[in-house]
Amino acid sequence: MNTAEHNRPRSNDPRLDRRAAIRTLLEKRGDLLVVTGLGSTTYDAASVGDDDRNFYLWGAMGAAAVIGLGLAIARPDRRIVVVTGDGELLMGLGGLATVGVQQPPNLAIVAFDNGRYAETGMQASHTDAGVSLCGVARACGIDTVLDIGSDTALKELAAWLHDFKRTLFARVAIHADEPPRVLPPRDGVLLKTRFRRALGAE
Amino acid sequence: MSEPAPSEWRDDIFAAMKAADIRQVGYVPDAGHTRLIQRCQGEPGMTAVSLTSEEEGIALAAGAWLGGQRAALLMQSSGVGNCINMLSLAKSCRFPLTMLITMRGEWGEFNPWQVPMGSKTQAALELMDVLVYRVDDADMAGETVTAALDIAFNGSLATAVLLSQRLIGAKRWVK
Repeated sequence: MNTAEHNRPRSNDPRLDRRAAIRTLLEKRGDLLVVTGLGSTTYDAASVGDDDRNFYLWGAMGAAAVIGLGLAIARPDRRIVVVTGDGELLMGLGGLATVGVQQPPNLAIVAFDNGRYAETGMQASHTDAGVSLCGVARACGIDTVLDIGSDTALKELAAWLHDFKRTLFARVAIHADEPPRVLPPRDGVLLKTRFRRALGAE
Repeated sequence: MSEPAPSEWRDDIFAAMKAADIRQVGYVPDAGHTRLIQRCQGEPGMTAVSLTSEEEGIALAAGAWLGGQRAALLMQSSGVGNCINMLSLAKSCRFPLTMLITMRGEWGEFNPWQVPMGSKTQAALELMDVLVYRVDDADMAGETVTAALDIAFNGSLATAVLLSQRLIGAKRWVK
């Protein structure tokens, strides 16, 4: 018996389209500050329109959530949204524990979960075998944990990103597909400097 | 556990961090950093962030700087190995970074498992283009950390200060 198959959560379906999902979340972004994980979520955020207040990762796999943490501590007056993938998050699960200890009230982590490493050829990730990112987030003590699998719930999340008052983690179940890449700037110094300028820190 | 004995060079490092306006301190505990961690935790102007792995600190410092705050990291030499790929974040974006590293695997080491990473700590950092300073003399601790922080933030560079095991004192073999 294939235990992994047996344990696979059925709540994964229906799954959402990743580009429609990111548009719902960021189309009316207001003054949100955005950090994306390397690979697909960087392209997703860029597909809504490049913005100086997006800090895209092109490497440093596993760093997105904790970059968001440092930013959230530095700027308690702003809401920070980390958008990353299941593979990127799995590489830095300890970071979720660190976020859980700090509980910054202005940090939201949104995990686009397709159960795949899309960037490297759609190999299955641990979430495909049933590892629950929401379960990990809850176990790390993150205050609000949401499992998003419908357009209605996604729209509620989009509204909540402007109003949450405790650390928030949301898993968004997305299709394992590869929409055309939208490539934002790759120059790290440029990305850093324009982000800081947009915040008046440079 | 009783209060650690007064240890002036650690207080000098803390004073250097305060003078440089360090506002976030990421750390993985080390016996040699105990007093410094306690001072950072007790400082209202600083947020001390306990990390599960040292590489998180590189990300934390980057996020702090994006938001306009200065961060510093505390770790022991074994943790440097955990940071190597993550240092590409600091290098690619020229994030200012200062890592204060207590050395293991040097003089007086009782645990041979500390030697492989401890003996290559400086070389590993330099392979990733981190500017490395070393402190063997307690009198030099404060000003060396000041120098490392200054060049990190004024020059957008990654720096590390190695606090030698001779300075810290060898860990006792039998507790």
